[in-house]
Amino acid sequence: MSTATDTIEGFVKKEYKYGFITDIEADSAPPGLNEEIVRFISAKKQEPEWLLEWRLKAYRHWLTMKEPRWPHVQYPPINYQDIVYYSAPKSPKDAPRSLDEVDPKLLETYEKLGIPLRERERLAGVAVDAVFDSVSVGTTFKETLAEKGIIFCSISEAVREHPDLVKKYLGTVVPYTDNFFAALNSAVFTDGSFCFIPKGVRCPMELSTYFRINAAKSGQFERTLIVAEEGSHVSYLEGCTAPMRDENQLHAAVVELVALEKAEIKYSTVQNWYPGDENGVGGIYNFVTKRGLCKGANSKISWTQVETGSAITWKYPSCVLLGDNAVGEFYSVALANLKQQADTGTKMIHIGKNTRSTIVSKGISAGRGQNSYRGLVEVRKSAIDARNYTQCDSLLIGDRCGAHTFPYIDVRNTSASVEHEATTSKIGEDQIFYCNQRGISTQDAVNMIVNGFCKEVFKELPMEFAVEAQKLLGVSLEGSVG
Amino acid sequence: MSKPLLEIKNLHAGVEGRKILNGLSLEMNAGEVHAIMGPNGSGKSTLASILAGREDYEITDGQVIYQGEDLLEMAPEERAHKGVFLAFQYPIEIPGVNSTYFLKAALNEKRKANGQPELDAMEFLTLVKEKMKVVELPEDFLKRPVNAGFSGGEKKRNEIFQMAVLEPTLAILDETDSGLDIDALRIVAEGVNRLKTANNAQLVITHYQRLLNYIVPDQVHVLSNGRIIKTGGKELALELEEKGYDWITKGDAVAA
Ligand SMILES: Nc1ncnc2c1ncn2[C@@H]1O[C@H](COP(=O)(O)OP(=O)(O)OP(=O)(O)O)[C@@H](O)[C@H]1O
Ligand SMILES: [Mg+2]
Repeated sequence: MSTATDTIEGFVKKEYKYGFITDIEADSAPPGLNEEIVRFISAKKQEPEWLLEWRLKAYRHWLTMKEPRWPHVQYPPINYQDIVYYSAPKSPKDAPRSLDEVDPKLLETYEKLGIPLRERERLAGVAVDAVFDSVSVGTTFKETLAEKGIIFCSISEAVREHPDLVKKYLGTVVPYTDNFFAALNSAVFTDGSFCFIPKGVRCPMELSTYFRINAAKSGQFERTLIVAEEGSHVSYLEGCTAPMRDENQLHAAVVELVALEKAEIKYSTVQNWYPGDENGVGGIYNFVTKRGLCKGANSKISWTQVETGSAITWKYPSCVLLGDNAVGEFYSVALANLKQQADTGTKMIHIGKNTRSTIVSKGISAGRGQNSYRGLVEVRKSAIDARNYTQCDSLLIGDRCGAHTFPYIDVRNTSASVEHEATTSKIGEDQIFYCNQRGISTQDAVNMIVNGFCKEVFKELPMEFAVEAQKLLGVSLEGSVG
Repeated sequence: MSKPLLEIKNLHAGVEGRKILNGLSLEMNAGEVHAIMGPNGSGKSTLASILAGREDYEITDGQVIYQGEDLLEMAPEERAHKGVFLAFQYPIEIPGVNSTYFLKAALNEKRKANGQPELDAMEFLTLVKEKMKVVELPEDFLKRPVNAGFSGGEKKRNEIFQMAVLEPTLAILDETDSGLDIDALRIVAEGVNRLKTANNAQLVITHYQRLLNYIVPDQVHVLSNGRIIKTGGKELALELEEKGYDWITKGDAVAA
């Protein structure tokens, strides 16, 4: 606790200088970002000095950086001084008491997605015994995991309980200097998960199961760190198909994965943030940095993502293939409907010998959506016999949407083999009519074609989630044709 | 006398201001097979498309009554549920969509609409295996995406296979024979014959008398300039094969 006191002391001294007073007991910080706010967050989290220092360095670095303008997306300028960077979790008193108090539109979507009644309450944040339920179930899971030495907790808890591990790995894959949003996240992150799988352990369950039951509302600046020690194995699932709303428009998460020798991490995402209306108004900006480091030989990191939400998605889950024979995979379905804009793809950085990467990207554009695939395959000089296979397919629904591909290939070793295939197709009226004539409605026909288009990616998802993801795409595409 | 299954009365239709059908009338009863022949561009496929519910066409006059109901009021899938089936002149490819999955969805949609229980995967597979024999379709076709990469003849055969599974009340076959080799023609035609019952009807569009050796029509209609200008028995087809269309279409031009 002494570090925390130090922090607060430092904080108190400084606040005068800025003529600005934030009560440490306050539930939230005032809007705006400066060193005080960074200190306030760190103090609130009772963080050790090193972490505060790290945050401050990140903040100072961020001040020198410019927001990237290269993505193929458009949005009005973000005023970073308007954002509230810390607010305490809502008290259960403010939560709806039953589903009757929840937005009927939200309930309708749960219905369409076939989410079980109990789970609907939890997702809608209903403050009834669902809470007790999740706590007890969560505890059981936690015990099972603990028996194996697996650590799975919030990043804040990890900082308190396992500071050495966090200190060892935090920022080693995505340094705070990496990019504008990563720097911002490093300075102000308040929430996220930490997962550690010790040597030789196979995580006995999809971490999704636990996560879905226990999922706290994910923060605006989420920070996730997963470390898989030698020969360990973990499958982690983030997000859920239920629609997520948030009063915070800007989301800038950072996810770091570290796989040591022969370790394997499978990271699956289903992202369904509020996309905004037909004009993109009110939707979430999702600017995410996700990167995995295949640090040891024969390690493997596999990203699977289904991105259907957000007004703007800016996201490139990547793999740094450092260890020899390391394997990186990226399977993605990205949907841009309404006025959504998605600029997403991956980076595969081949450094070790005989490293292999696979990229399968499926972009769906509908409405006035704009979907861009942006991918880098980099083969460094050291990466003898590196191999990459990229398949990048676009599907257009209607005439007002767009699909774009920006593949970058940088090969510095002649023994490398890099393959790139790309297709663009359109759901034609002929196809729809053919289905209609066989008795299949237009909506079902679109779903069928879209699911067919995405199936290579869906088969990479944990089974139950593949089914949900299919439904989700269907719901997200409702009314996109005819 | 019972009501006809299908009554087309004075149908006028076109596309983008261009008239294609000019007062077409036709009646079919259950248990009947009718053939439509006629020169290229006379409107045969247009008629088939309009019956199936394609929206590109503007109906300017006339009526189509099917089982006592206004067919033109129904959405295409509703028509399908009520037993209208079109074997396309050019079947459409749907990459990525598995044939079995597609056909199961089609059949179950129809069954649902008619208050019948849906078939589960096992029941469907049993049904499909039996129906494949109708057109001697190799089983691996079912594992492939709908029509994707099928040869012209295979696509046609697949249409009849779908027909066998969906058991339509009114089947419209638009040049199903074209593109088929001699053996396939026989197999497909025999398949179509086997699907004939006293309760359904088949409207067969073709250019070749040859098909009608297998599928024997009750009536043969000649379509020209969007109207039926002559109707006869199966011997009319032979006469057309021998003399071409000129001898009737010329008379039509004078009459019009
Ligand atoms: N969607 C459309 N747009 C423009 N013209 C059309 C369209 N559909 C049909 N037509 C025209 O209408 C006429 C009739 O076409 P249709 O396909 O019905 O002929 P058909 O009798 O089936 O000919 P074929 O024996 O060659 O198959 C043709 O001149 C054709 O070009
Ligand atoms: Mg035709």
